[in-house]
Amino acid sequence: MKLSFEKSVKGRRGLRVAAGDVPTSINLNPALLRDKPAELPEMSELDVVRHFTELSRRNFGVDTNFYPLGSCTMKYNPKVCERIAAYPTFTHLHPILPQLCGGEKLTQGALQILWEMDCLLSEICGMKAFTMQPMAGAHGELTGITMMAAYHRDRGNKKSIVLIPDSAHGTNPASAAIAGYSVKSVPSDENGWMSVGALKEMLTDEVAGLMLTNPNTLGLFDPNIGEICRLIHSVDGLAYYDGANLNAIVGKVRPGDMGFDIVHINLHKTFATPHGGGGPGAGPVGVVSKLTDFLPISTVIKRQDGTFALDYDKPKSIGYIAPFYGNFGIILRAYVYILMSGRDGLERVAENAVLNANYMKEKLRPYYDMEHPQLCKHEFVLSATRQAAHGVHAIDIAKGLIDAGYHPPTMYFPMIVKEALMIEPTENESKETMDAFIDAMIELAKRAQTDPQSIKAAPTKTPVGRLDETRAAREMKIASLDS
Amino acid sequence: MMIDANARYLKSHEWARKENGNVFAVGITAYAAEQLGDIVYMELPQIGREVKEGEAFGIVESVKSASDMYAPISGTVTEINKTVPDNPDILKTDAYQKGWLIKLEAANPAEFDGLMDEKAYRTYLETEA
Repeated sequence: MKLSFEKSVKGRRGLRVAAGDVPTSINLNPALLRDKPAELPEMSELDVVRHFTELSRRNFGVDTNFYPLGSCTMKYNPKVCERIAAYPTFTHLHPILPQLCGGEKLTQGALQILWEMDCLLSEICGMKAFTMQPMAGAHGELTGITMMAAYHRDRGNKKSIVLIPDSAHGTNPASAAIAGYSVKSVPSDENGWMSVGALKEMLTDEVAGLMLTNPNTLGLFDPNIGEICRLIHSVDGLAYYDGANLNAIVGKVRPGDMGFDIVHINLHKTFATPHGGGGPGAGPVGVVSKLTDFLPISTVIKRQDGTFALDYDKPKSIGYIAPFYGNFGIILRAYVYILMSGRDGLERVAENAVLNANYMKEKLRPYYDMEHPQLCKHEFVLSATRQAAHGVHAIDIAKGLIDAGYHPPTMYFPMIVKEALMIEPTENESKETMDAFIDAMIELAKRAQTDPQSIKAAPTKTPVGRLDETRAAREMKIASLDS
Repeated sequence: MMIDANARYLKSHEWARKENGNVFAVGITAYAAEQLGDIVYMELPQIGREVKEGEAFGIVESVKSASDMYAPISGTVTEINKTVPDNPDILKTDAYQKGWLIKLEAANPAEFDGLMDEKAYRTYLETEA
């Protein structure tokens, strides 16, 4: 397919503007003027429409195909949530309105949704209160860790270390480091859980807290979590729950009941909101009673008379972390999703997510190695070590899947598993869809033995073949740097 | 797997080797280079930086992952080998000679004796890694 620049014909226009009677010459500082006109493609309107329609047909998304990236990228978004979020009553709201004199009256509905969402997420997670403001999961992590620091400062604690298991998402240590903590990595034990013995050895008065995902990135629920949280609390540390894998346990068990003090939720992972391509995201953060004073401002409160208002009177708050109230449109979609699913529905989300993952895991087990083949939660990690013996590595399986019509799964993560391929179907996929993917994975496993070269050559059915990722990273061509 | 008999090793696959006096060369092992795959970026410390044993002294990024590189011993960085970040493929062929990354003036040379020797590292690779 040609680039729009290659389709350009000099002088061709999509739009002809009638000559105006307003003078076109204005006195601009010559230093600000271009030396020559910008080189933009010149095309007719129809050519432009066809060009972008053609490009859009090459999109791969959850609305077109199955991908084993699962909730990590984005679950299927029910269309009713989109429809409600598109109501003009919401889209025409200006975020400054509730802060204007009398504007509160005009925004009671939106404020009520934020307040009720706080209640819903607090109940689901076993927390006291939530802030809706963080713009994404990683932003939520930083917000949560900043509150952890505020708690320790308030108590006069001298803390410098945050503990994080070696199976963690990379954002955890990054968030702790940006908040000023030094990070120590806790090793996993032979079961794939965090080693309690190692934790005990690393536990000192310097420990500010622990960040943990449960189930972890191996898809395993850590049964020692109660003891782990007790240990952290014994040094006045705080236990932080990374809600990335909440989808596996939503409605079944609450992070607050496990002993966690701070929780962030990635709404797109559990409550089916759009995400990817840079957002917009939402990473609400919940805390237990002893931390509510530190929540960011503003928060939504319900008055005695039943009306809703913004509250800025929080002297110990960590302050502003985002403009206005977070990505309201995303929070709204998740609100609809939760109300639509109901308590029973959310439990079935977790049940079906776990059932689907275990079904795929058992079907693929004879063909791929697994370091942790026990019962998993919503995702599982294969190891392409058996295929690697024939020269077919995890990346080659991923490229082979592209030719079979699938987006590859997460590869080489978690880093504690060799040749890792992490697979998460989510609760939404039918048995037929999963069977077709399983067949493609089995076919690749067999072909790795009989004809490894054909997999190393994949993909061959795509607009571009296998990209030279190494060269792309080593010899970057960035237009803004070239000129 | 190529292992240098004169060097000593960390479980995280860095090596250190005594050069002269209290100066030690430090790098990553051939096994680490192979596991990383094609390396696309490396970040080495400034000369003069003090590192502690077990502290990250640099970053190595491949098409698969980004990892910290840990100092096997404490000391002050006296030299860095800029040719490796410019041409990381050196690590694939010569991780222990041309592929050294930094030289450290050791703060406590006895730390070197606490590292895994060639035999222990080989056993570690065979059993653990």
